[in-house]
Amino acid sequence: VNGPVLTLAEHHEGLLVRATLETLSVARELADRLNARLAAAVIGESVRHLSPDLARQGADRVFVFEGPLLAAYATEVWARAVAALIEETAPSAVILPGTTLGRDVAPRLAARFGLGLASESARFLVASDGRIRAERVVFGGRIVETVSWERRPILATLRAGAGCVRPGDPSRNAETEMRAVANQARARVVALRPMAAGSAAGPDLSEARVVVAAGRGLGAPENLRVIERLAKALGAAVGGSRAVVDAGWLDHQRQIGQTGRTVAPDLYIACGISGAVQHLAGMNASRTVVAINRDAEAPIFAAADFGLVGDVLEIAPRLSAALAEAAIEPPPGGASWKDGSA
Amino acid sequence: MRILVGLKQVPDDTLGLPFASGGQLASSAQHSWMLSPFDRYAIEEALRIRDATGGEVVVAHVGPDNPPSVLTEGLALGADRAVHVWDATLPSLDPLATARALAGVIRRLAPVDLILCGQRGVGEEHGQIPGLLAELLDLPQVTFVVRTELLDDHRLRVEREVECGREIWETSLPAVLSAQKGLNEPRQRSLKGVLGAKKKPIDRPGRADLALTDADLEPQLRIDAVRPIPPRGAVRMIPGDPDTQARELVRLLREEGRLP
Repeated sequence: VNGPVLTLAEHHEGLLVRATLETLSVARELADRLNARLAAAVIGESVRHLSPDLARQGADRVFVFEGPLLAAYATEVWARAVAALIEETAPSAVILPGTTLGRDVAPRLAARFGLGLASESARFLVASDGRIRAERVVFGGRIVETVSWERRPILATLRAGAGCVRPGDPSRNAETEMRAVANQARARVVALRPMAAGSAAGPDLSEARVVVAAGRGLGAPENLRVIERLAKALGAAVGGSRAVVDAGWLDHQRQIGQTGRTVAPDLYIACGISGAVQHLAGMNASRTVVAINRDAEAPIFAAADFGLVGDVLEIAPRLSAALAEAAIEPPPGGASWKDGSA
Repeated sequence: MRILVGLKQVPDDTLGLPFASGGQLASSAQHSWMLSPFDRYAIEEALRIRDATGGEVVVAHVGPDNPPSVLTEGLALGADRAVHVWDATLPSLDPLATARALAGVIRRLAPVDLILCGQRGVGEEHGQIPGLLAELLDLPQVTFVVRTELLDDHRLRVEREVECGREIWETSLPAVLSAQKGLNEPRQRSLKGVLGAKKKPIDRPGRADLALTDADLEPQLRIDAVRPIPPRGAVRMIPGDPDTQARELVRLLREEGRLP
């Protein structure tokens, strides 16, 4: 009998974040293949209301750690909570979202239990003998590395975009159990100002299904407005290349690429980005890529599905207008209505 | 203060990765190598803290140090001495075994007040050493650090970058920090630094010096296979004036269900 698949649910402003939904979908699939149950831990000041959401997304058991001392994230407290569940439930797999939180907690668990940790996992495979393998995406999204573990539980964090967000199943229920973290107050690290709610402008890169990314081809920082307008028309998040971040046009948390973030939205629109390998590393798992660039020879076109050669300052506003027009016309064949209700 | 900076050597893949026939990654001798970019922020921060408070910066590297040496680079930038853990009897080390070796180095250097690493090594993308070290040494950790302020000898105020902004944390020392881009503007090495690096000591402890058993070095994570990801299909270029291009793109995206 396989022990459960255990995961940690990250939430923000009372809602599960997209990375949690992706993790639940991947973890549910692995649990099904192992014929195992899926357990989810959720930690915070007041989080038991998330239990039905976790059940709808596939959890069979939800472990709730709640209390005023858990209002702000603290590495060691979160790690102790998950470690206690590993001891209690003897899981076959522990799968965490590849967010800053998941990547902060997971190594502590690996060291505590002497386990291998597969970061940036994109997929799990179960062999007929029950051996679990993971595919990691490495070297700037150009290489898939298949890894296996010496022993269980296997431990992994997920790469952004590894799982599809599945529609919730409202008929599903989960057992909800309350747990307490030992030594909550023993904190060597104190959050003086945890993340303020809604402090970033526009949607976060990891939540967005569409990303519009700005490059040096925009010419000047004031031209970012064109990109912001296009992003608004698409409900997209704004990102940028390293060149734009190093020039101070955007904050580092908006940088996409090797020394920035990895995103995998449904649609990625590269505006005035030439497409250095370091940039491609952060976006080449996107489902559809559109490149707009003045230079027909720019390497970004080799990494794109659609290419538009021209001045992004001329094309982007017309794209915003065309999207606005398209939004009022009925969709072709009603296809997107079907998608919308699924 | 004694500050230890863990360094990682990674393939410089700017010009693409060498593949041997059969789709496997070429042997390490065929790569060109570089210091992982995040490590530069870690070194720079360590040097700045040392210069403000006194003490020393020790750079450490576990694994083969192919030319150009990352330890020489660290010394040329201003570190006071280096520790290199590598000999032919060591197996290929996974992140946990690497962290155990580095933890051995830190215990040997005790007391160490602050440990800095890059937030991850680019290429392999494990991003585990800081957290592994902190747990192995029972120390607090702050990852993705973009600002530090030493309050006194035992307390550090730190800003860290998360998905939608920055957090301010305060940690007791000793602690492990992982450096995120934006922490500082790393210096370039000077000619004087390069010349001075040759005179600085490099300690080469063996596994007995670090109290490492065979079981400590046994990999927990094994690489079974490596294959390249096929490139995206051919790009469809959309010609015309900007207006035509924009309309045609929206039409195609819609028709093919690519607009969320």
